Amino acid sequence: MSSHSAEALTSDATFLGMSWRKTMMWVFIITDGLLFAGFLASYGFARAAAPEWPDAHEVFHLWFISLMTFVLISSSATMATAVAAAKRGDHATVKKMILATIVGGTVFLGMQAVEWNALFAQSVTLSSNPWGVAAFGNYFFTITGFHGTHVLSGVIILAVVWLKARSGRANAEGVEMAGLYWHFVDLVWVFVFTLFYLI
Amino acid sequence: MSEEAMATSNEAELLETSEGHELGFIRKYVFSTDHKVIGIQYWFTAGVMGLVGALLAGLIRMQLTWPTTPFPFLEKIFPVAYAGGFMSPEFYTSLVTMHGTIMIFFFVSLGLVAGFGNYLIPLMVGARDMAFPALNMLSYWTVVPAILIAGASFFVEGGAAASGWTAYPPLSAVPSASPGSGTGQTLWLISVALFIVSFTMGGLNYVTTIFNLRAKGMSLMRMPLTIWSLLIASIIGLLAFPPLTAAAILLLLDRHFGTSFYLPEGLYIAGELIPNGGGSPLLWQHLFWFLGHPEVYVLILPALGITFEVLVPFARRPAFGYRTTVWCLVAIAGLSMVVWGHHMFTSGMNPLVGEFFSIGTLLITIPSTVIGVNMIATLWGGKLRLTTAAMFAIGTICFFGVGGFGGLFLGNAAADIQLHDTAFVVGHFHFMIGGVTFLGLLAGSYYWFPKMFGRVLNETLGKLHFWLTVVPFYGVFGTMHFYGLAGAPRRYYNLTQYGYLDSVNGWMPLVTTSFAAAMVVGQCFFLLNLTKTFLGKRNADNNPWEATTLEWAAASPPPHGNWGPEAPVVHRGPYEYGNSDADEDYVHQCVPPERVIALS
Repeated sequence: MSSHSAEALTSDATFLGMSWRKTMMWVFIITDGLLFAGFLASYGFARAAAPEWPDAHEVFHLWFISLMTFVLISSSATMATAVAAAKRGDHATVKKMILATIVGGTVFLGMQAVEWNALFAQSVTLSSNPWGVAAFGNYFFTITGFHGTHVLSGVIILAVVWLKARSGRANAEGVEMAGLYWHFVDLVWVFVFTLFYLI
Repeated sequence: MSEEAMATSNEAELLETSEGHELGFIRKYVFSTDHKVIGIQYWFTAGVMGLVGALLAGLIRMQLTWPTTPFPFLEKIFPVAYAGGFMSPEFYTSLVTMHGTIMIFFFVSLGLVAGFGNYLIPLMVGARDMAFPALNMLSYWTVVPAILIAGASFFVEGGAAASGWTAYPPLSAVPSASPGSGTGQTLWLISVALFIVSFTMGGLNYVTTIFNLRAKGMSLMRMPLTIWSLLIASIIGLLAFPPLTAAAILLLLDRHFGTSFYLPEGLYIAGELIPNGGGSPLLWQHLFWFLGHPEVYVLILPALGITFEVLVPFARRPAFGYRTTVWCLVAIAGLSMVVWGHHMFTSGMNPLVGEFFSIGTLLITIPSTVIGVNMIATLWGGKLRLTTAAMFAIGTICFFGVGGFGGLFLGNAAADIQLHDTAFVVGHFHFMIGGVTFLGLLAGSYYWFPKMFGRVLNETLGKLHFWLTVVPFYGVFGTMHFYGLAGAPRRYYNLTQYGYLDSVNGWMPLVTTSFAAAMVVGQCFFLLNLTKTFLGKRNADNNPWEATTLEWAAASPPPHGNWGPEAPVVHRGPYEYGNSDADEDYVHQCVPPERVIALS
């Protein structure tokens, strides 16, 4: 079995045209998505079983939440611009747009902190709240907390990509992968926003 | 750096280390990024944990067989757990919990999926290493603290976790619920969380390696069935573990941060009303079994893949129905994600929902039976070479049949309500998740041992090992089925007080324990065989079994980087045996078409 040709030193197999790094990112995003699916399904289970549930209009300032959502969705748009620029090789735009995305993410986190503080002021906490529906605070703080942690790690990842871009070491695929994660985090927020604030 | 440049520099580095400068001992054998070393590390770790799990099982058997006999020598070893020579009930529940946890997570998962997965995937698809070697090393070194923490939990106040490997709340959610619900349960959760992290890193690596690093010519439908089974198992593992992670996070919040995800209102623990309320313990059961059931298939599927892999070269025939088997593996995986409710028939589930889960469960028998029949059909008309590896593979088919037969009863909601939480269930799942996987692991170990260590295991000792594993296994777990039919509940530490069991209590536990002792003797022959073979000379050539898959084209054991300067190119399917045109009865995957003609 020794007469192999020398043509295959490097593997050329791809999955749906993607490199293994990108495949891995997708697999990770699917697993992370299922983590949130587990949380949100549990939330649905608890809410369906609860005899009463606090009215979203009384608990939250919906205009403020809408603004938060707008900021986060806008940061997805700047991220998409950065990815497109990276593919073109337009480094100046990449740096600018990643920085804009970082700012968007940070503003979102700051607004979330303001929102949490307002709830704490009404003595709505992780374990108890004035309406006596423990599950409300349980799920609200756990799920938005987890989402916030994801936004935070996204901001850190973007900061690393930005530093790399500044010293000219970022490549298009790295920017694209960070972008995939960022869009994923935004998509999760769309679900959180719908299920907690709108319904 | 571009993708290709990176891959090439990886190759260059691998080639350099395989030829030139030697790595130090620590980098080579301890913190190694070589998939083969990591695979062997997992294999050994699993072996050690299997022995620990078996030791716990031994204590459980002694308690169930002689519940009223004092054991003063055990009191000397475990002064608290065996105060007065008798095992405490808390220690018994801890033993049951940790036996299950260790065997499932740290024996079978590590041995089959992590051990063989790491060792075989790059070799069998023709890669030089995993897609991400550093992550691979990290995954092993995440499991080590998981194991240490699980082991340490025996020595904390209150002892190890005692709520079963399923960790049902409120027992697991309220630290004061039982002695093991305190620190022991917290450590259990941390240990399982680390395991999940490690398994996720491994799964990411397996999936990307199989999809993206296959050798030239290795199309998906030319992959060996072992690789298919590992791929599908990794995918369902990756889909099923995250919801369990979510569940475990909620449980930790319940335990330490005052939430009530799993705690209903009006619950009294030790005579005191707990302040929580509004949650549901059933939520945990749903989330847990959403993982727990697919996890069974994460472990069973690689065992089935390995069984095919081992059967084929010793039957000297192609695997019967290769494509059907692949699609049946996919079908089992898909169905396994929607049958978790069959673990919860007695939880007050709506009968219509129960019917849904029953039908889904019984549907799984169809692809499972097809796979079993394909295995038997592979043997049909073959020129059998009954090596130890082949015998273990045939044993796997037998266990798969017997275990599957018991599953028919348990999958049916009406029968399950009678049999739920009896020794019948214990017997059933030990045939499946215990027996099929254990025999698959042993079949694989005998088969790939020459590749892993350059030595062939002794056949005489191997056959003794085989008979003293398979026959006692039927004795132990077959008897348990009947003990369960007689009404013996599982997880009870003393069954002498139930009058209706008087007619069987006198002999069934004793029969079970005697067979278990025989099985221990059998495993000693394996340890002896390992010792003898390791002390002996290297006696394996590259392809001792005359097999066709890629790993047998590498040296035994393969060097760092696996293939030397030229990576293999694949020209055909994995199982080309019985070719009458050639002067050998098999054609290796690497042989180009023009050489086959030249040979004939």
